Amino acid sequence: MTARVAIIAAALVAAIGAAPAVVGAPAAAGAPELPHRLSDTGLFMPGTTTVRAGHIAFSPQYPLWSDGTGKRRWIALPPGTSIDAARPDAWEFPVGTRLWKEFSYGRAVETRYIERLADGSWRFATYVWNAQGTDAELAPPRGTVLAVAAAPGGRYAIPAQFDCLACHDGGATPVLGFSALQLSPDRDPLAPHADTKAPQFADLRSLAERGVIRNLPQRLLDSPPRVAAKSPTARAALGYLHGNCGHCHNDVGALASIDLALLQHAAAPGESAERTMKSLLGHSSRFRPHDAAASKRLVAGSDEDSVLAVRMKTANPMARMPPLGVKVADSEAIALIERWIKTDLPTTEEKRP
Amino acid sequence: MKRKTARSIIRTAMTFAVPLSVPALSLAFSAQVQAQTTAEKIARGKYIVSTSGCHDCHTPWKMGPNGPAPDMTRTLSGHPQDFKVPPPPKPEGPWIAAFAATNTAWAGPWGVSFTANLTPDPETGLGKWTQRNFIETIRTGRHMGRGREVLPPMPIMVYNHFTDADLESIFSYLQSIPAIRNRVPEPLPPGDAVAQGK
Repeated sequence: MTARVAIIAAALVAAIGAAPAVVGAPAAAGAPELPHRLSDTGLFMPGTTTVRAGHIAFSPQYPLWSDGTGKRRWIALPPGTSIDAARPDAWEFPVGTRLWKEFSYGRAVETRYIERLADGSWRFATYVWNAQGTDAELAPPRGTVLAVAAAPGGRYAIPAQFDCLACHDGGATPVLGFSALQLSPDRDPLAPHADTKAPQFADLRSLAERGVIRNLPQRLLDSPPRVAAKSPTARAALGYLHGNCGHCHNDVGALASIDLALLQHAAAPGESAERTMKSLLGHSSRFRPHDAAASKRLVAGSDEDSVLAVRMKTANPMARMPPLGVKVADSEAIALIERWIKTDLPTTEEKRP
Repeated sequence: MKRKTARSIIRTAMTFAVPLSVPALSLAFSAQVQAQTTAEKIARGKYIVSTSGCHDCHTPWKMGPNGPAPDMTRTLSGHPQDFKVPPPPKPEGPWIAAFAATNTAWAGPWGVSFTANLTPDPETGLGKWTQRNFIETIRTGRHMGRGREVLPPMPIMVYNHFTDADLESIFSYLQSIPAIRNRVPEPLPPGDAVAQGK
């Protein structure tokens, strides 16, 4: 009985504000220690915060919503190496690949880092910028919360290592935004929050020309990948779900048994779009909201009856999707999804039972 | 115990070694070990579940002749879907939490939580979960390792010290018990005045 009381007390303490009891992802055996400063990861020119000239800047056409933070991204490969793109939706990155993603609210707050180690495994870390903007320090494995005036509620959550894995360990490849579909030169003009096409951002053609990727099927250079959809709105909606939900909700990762497939494939766009619609339209939802009658994942013509839209819009943090990295609902994306459900789907999709 | 069992299996195998061909013996031995292992895992899981307080919250309690006790006809099926609870009492003074008579609905600073259906029902329980989903839930404190946080009073910070082998045993046991269809309501957020079912 005493043990039980202690357990409940500990649970209450955790609920009120103690750090969550998560365990950091184990480092690969023999891997060198993570650099303690971002400047030691090789992102910058020595002694500066100027990104090295050889690093490749990129911007996915369907970016992840992260409460409106500004983002910059880079990738670097070891000299003389390249990415094997033979499998268009599961690129093989060489050992030594490094990627960085900077999050900012007016000033840089956090830079996340991914690195492929000698044994082929990947490791994930994040660095917290100092107030002077001169460098960033390695964050604790369990994450932390920062006071950032411009962030929602003035609080900015640095993810734990397990949080990194929640998204990056959920699909065919741990690299999410650097892919054939995301870097297609045929960018979606309706994609929410996307950077406009610009020369400083690499795309499939420039990567192939520079030899950064090899073995990409020629047909994807001749006719760049795009989401297969019956309308421009549907294309943007499926693309948004791909970039924001597909890393967890797909047919190959840990959540495959849920039977919700939101990843689009560059190699077989028609098949993946069809698979997505089959897993959404008229499909029974396990989640049932308290304050709505919705019981299907997607109902053509009714956003109120579509759990997909309900969970994107809700202010309830226990019900909101995605469950990580979002405190503020994405109003631009919600408008897109509502338009897709209410005006687009009834005319383009056959209603399924 | 495991060594004794292994020796017993080896003795049994040796007894029948002469009349059996090598491949047949190998298959028989392998199947027996596998069967024993599964049975042992389930037994170990049952032991852990029975001694670690799982029934306290995941099996609804009911009033009996000797006071409240777990209703084993609803073993580990979580908060009963037909039991609609009113809004919890306001916390006053040092009293910050409350729980329903079934011990399956809990209110506190985190909101209102309802204990999960741990039976293998595919639609309302863990029937579609994989062992990986279960272990990652306990390790990370998030549903299936990726979803919303698991809420109090679930003592994740205690249970995430279980070894992988013990978590595998617990999952094996939970998958072996009778499935009970019971759709547990979703949790309510803190300060939400909306009562369940309103």
